[in-house]
Amino acid sequence: MSGGRLVVVGNGMVGQRFVEALRARDHDRRWQVTVLAEERRPAYDRVRLSAFFDGVSAEELTLHTPDDGVELRLGEPALGVDRDRRVVRTAAGEHPYDALVLATGSYAFVPPVDGTDLPGVFVYRTLDDLAAIRAHAAGRRAGAVIGGGLLGLEAANALRLLGLATSVVEFAPRLMPVQLDEAGGAMLRRYVEELGVTPYLGVATSALRAGPDGTVGALELSDGRTVDADLVVVAAGIRPRDELARAAGLPLGPRGGVLVDTTCRSADERIWAVGECAAVDGTCHGLVAPGYATAEVVADRLLGGAATFPGADTATKLKLLGVDVASFGDPHGTTPGCLDVTFTDPATRSYAKLVLSDDAKTLLGGVLVGDSSAYPTLRASVGGPLPGPPLALLAPAGAGTGAGALPSAAQVCSCNAVTREQIDAAIAGGAVDVPAVKACTRAGTSCGSCVPMLKQLLDAAGVRQSTALCEHFDAGRQELFDLVRVRGIRTFSQLIAEHGRGRGCDICKPVVASILASLGTGHVLDGEQASLQDTNDHFLANLQRDGSYSVVPRIPGGEITPEKLIVIGEVARDFRLYTKITGGQRIDLFGARIEQLPQIWRRLVDAGFESGHAYGKALRTVKSCVGETWCRYGVQDSVGLAVALELRYRGLRAPHKLKSAVSGCARECAEARGKDFGIIATETGWNLYVGGNGGFRPRHADLFATDLSTAALVTLIDRFLMYYIRTADRLQRTAAWIEAMDGGLDHLRAVLLDDSLGLCAELDAAMARHVASYSDEWRDVLEDPERLRRFTSFVNAPDVPDPSITFAVERGQPVPARGAPPAAGADRRRQPVALGLPEVRR
Amino acid sequence: MSPSLTLDWTPVCALDRLDPDRGVAALVDGVQVAVFRAGGELYAVDNLDPVGGVYVMSRGIVGSRAGTPTLASPLHKQVYDLRTGRCLDLPGVALRRHEARCRDGLVEVRLRQEE
Ligand code: SRM
Ligand SMILES: Cc1cc2nc3c(=O)[nH]c(=O)nc-3n(C[C@H](O)[C@H](O)[C@H](O)COP(=O)(O)OP(=O)(O)OC[C@H]3O[C@@H](n4cnc5c(N)ncnc54)[C@H](O)[C@@H]3O)c2cc1C
Ligand code: SF4
Ligand code: FES
Repeated sequence: MSGGRLVVVGNGMVGQRFVEALRARDHDRRWQVTVLAEERRPAYDRVRLSAFFDGVSAEELTLHTPDDGVELRLGEPALGVDRDRRVVRTAAGEHPYDALVLATGSYAFVPPVDGTDLPGVFVYRTLDDLAAIRAHAAGRRAGAVIGGGLLGLEAANALRLLGLATSVVEFAPRLMPVQLDEAGGAMLRRYVEELGVTPYLGVATSALRAGPDGTVGALELSDGRTVDADLVVVAAGIRPRDELARAAGLPLGPRGGVLVDTTCRSADERIWAVGECAAVDGTCHGLVAPGYATAEVVADRLLGGAATFPGADTATKLKLLGVDVASFGDPHGTTPGCLDVTFTDPATRSYAKLVLSDDAKTLLGGVLVGDSSAYPTLRASVGGPLPGPPLALLAPAGAGTGAGALPSAAQVCSCNAVTREQIDAAIAGGAVDVPAVKACTRAGTSCGSCVPMLKQLLDAAGVRQSTALCEHFDAGRQELFDLVRVRGIRTFSQLIAEHGRGRGCDICKPVVASILASLGTGHVLDGEQASLQDTNDHFLANLQRDGSYSVVPRIPGGEITPEKLIVIGEVARDFRLYTKITGGQRIDLFGARIEQLPQIWRRLVDAGFESGHAYGKALRTVKSCVGETWCRYGVQDSVGLAVALELRYRGLRAPHKLKSAVSGCARECAEARGKDFGIIATETGWNLYVGGNGGFRPRHADLFATDLSTAALVTLIDRFLMYYIRTADRLQRTAAWIEAMDGGLDHLRAVLLDDSLGLCAELDAAMARHVASYSDEWRDVLEDPERLRRFTSFVNAPDVPDPSITFAVERGQPVPARGAPPAAGADRRRQPVALGLPEVRR
Repeated sequence: MSPSLTLDWTPVCALDRLDPDRGVAALVDGVQVAVFRAGGELYAVDNLDPVGGVYVMSRGIVGSRAGTPTLASPLHKQVYDLRTGRCLDLPGVALRRHEARCRDGLVEVRLRQEE
């Protein structure tokens, strides 16, 4: 039997893949194919189903490629199979077969609970389900999902995006119980709560109750609690659709599904099963990759081949809006004698577990939550030796996950079964970047999770990564700065037309905007420059997580009169702004809507305040200690110098932000050595330190020059800042700039003190221009109606405030309202903080 | 499709109010829409950042990637194809698109209907 009439029942993901695989190999058209499909649309990408809620249309999800050799009968489900006469019956008639392939997938399991038949209760399986969910969600407020597995969390996220306050009810004591262990589940729970979804764990739903309008209104839980929900999605598991096989008297698997052997053939030699409805050797697989494998096996067998099912890779990786969750191999450590290595990092909020063989040499499986950068390497290493010491593999940010250590037979891309050897061959054959590797090998073209590993393999093979700023400019920031300065270029359009290509992007536009601003080309919101700015510079305020902005007036040196403090208090009160003292010795006012910014600044400017540039890559603050004026140890007026320096360098735009501090004695209460430039008083003058940094990678500043007079100090700082602005890379703080400099501090001293490059006069003049041309950005905006008109939430409704910005009250102040009820938030804060130490247990 | 949405074109602003490559937000039938003028074309997409869940897309930077006109979220910088709405950095994520046109110097927007 290697030809004749072939009937395929079901046009889902696997049924479609089967038809394509057969067509690709059946060159002589030995099989004449009829596909019977229950759904009214051709096969679509069910794995990406949720993208429908992000605006991806049904057509865009379609997988179907029309083939004239295949008769696709949409909306015509198979009703029965007559094995004796070898026909499939449908409402339209009978379809005779020589071979029959069942590809009927699964249905969503709905537990026998009262009320699941109410309007407003849905499952999450087909495009029609999702369209119905969206229609019902309109105008409703609360949603609930029954089931906290992979699918339930995906559905919960969809409800959240539809604007519903969302709860998830899971019978097991943790989320994703199949894939995750307890600690992984706890970490995931924290993320899920932060997204505003409320989990109810370790409880069952005992009934669904109708609301006043007759549609579903609430869930009753087994512990007596009630959860409001006017839309409910049931995601409590799937069951194979084996009803045709059952009625035709074919044997089924122990948990249902058409029982087939490893050739995917049922007890009837003419009937095969693929995808989720097939119980291969008794086991059904609910993922698409093993389904595709069954499709390939049957296509091969029907053409006389000898393929068998290779076993399933149950690895999963899920990205729920920024939360990475991955599990692979044997995540629960069910292999006798296996060892666990776990790692919890509260700073990056990631959790990882590796399951190793009893001799700790072979990787058996694992779980990653929060940071799954090690997933591709680890997944490819399951069953083989560890590609490095366990701790190095798990350390966040992918440190040490070196794909370079993988054996050549390791499978790098599991979706497309591509090994390291094949990728290395492609690189040797001239593939110089990820797109080229993808094109040659198909690696990385499906789920994409192996792409980071492709990059690592390119690195390991010594392929040089480009230093270009982005795809629009081959030059780096320093070269662009010189081009703009030397050629007198004044606009981005001119620069990209003459020295770049394309239309720019969120990398090069702000860089060029900053260069133009450093060179003093007028207000940052003038003309074309406005379109280059990041949102912070564009609204001269800092974007917050809820879409509102914060306002930071400049308080030079941290010194402020009581009158000015009162004005800040009054403004904060009148506009209901959350108020906080910052780490930079000034005051931040949070929660302003765009159209409020000019009103707020009108009041502040009238009281003598200026922009604090908290939003810009520019001078932030010059902190001070109280100094000689009051302090019994102080030897110089540190406040006076801090105020003078802050006023001198205010508004100076740079490759990254700039911070400074002045301490009145060596006790160093202003923490000057943590700043880009820090000054510490001596009996006879000032010591200057440069290249300090707090933040992500703290670094103490280096002593640059000692016992300087105030005038000499200021000249030196002028040159230091201007040289930094000219030569640093994009987003490179002074610490990293000095570390990367050829010759380091000695070179810097030669340039700035001995004028070894003959640049000093130019640098001095550039700073003099900056000081002379400074004017307050916010005052300039308030005086110019053209600039002011940008400050509305809606162009067609300037008086309407953005309705999506709403507040709750915490400790007497407004804070962004989140979806999660306070109980969940309080719970989260009580979570114990795990230590970032490895723990090995038997 | 929620029944409250209509198929009418809504004028949102004069064309010259829309600076090239810099978006504005508009309210269209109660939906927040981000409208852009880029490379001589008009584009309208949802103002909702699908990753961050907040209404900020009109404040993103417009540009291009390999010739495709793009919009970067101002919140966490994911880049979207302005023509299809698809996120070029995260699989399965997309911005919902709407229709925009210019009539008699006015920019008009119509919410896109999914079937
Ligand atoms: C408000 C404040 C926290 C506070 O409540 O105290 C703050 C808030 C932010 N910091 Fe900071 N930092 C604040 C003091 C600091 C300090 C302490 C200091 O300045 O003395 C540091 C460490 C010192 C340093 O910078 O070396 C600090 C290191 C950072 C970093 C890491 C920089 C680094 O080099 O690693 C970032 C991220 C960045 O800039 O890329 C950052 C970024 C941010 C941003 C801009 C994040 C963002 O993009 O939204 C926050 C803006 C909030 C807003 O709307 O104002 N913030 N930040 C402080 C404002 C100081 C001020 O008055 O201007
Ligand atoms: C929201 C969602 C997210 C998912 N995410 C992932 C993921 O990230 N990774 C992953 O690996 N898997 C995922 N899956 C699972 C994956 O979609 C399935 O494994 C895959 O679709 C199985 O393909 P199939 O062809 O066996 O079944 P299906 O795609 O369900 O197709 C079966 C088809 O057969 C039709 N049919 C049934 N009975 C008959 C009949 N009698 N006559 C005619 N037609 C019939 C059905 O209507 C259906 O169209 C997800 C599933 C969902 C619902
Ligand atoms: S440390 Fe700074 S950047 Fe981080 S959350 Fe606090 S204020 Fe924001
Ligand atoms: S592992 Fe999915 S594309 Fe490579």
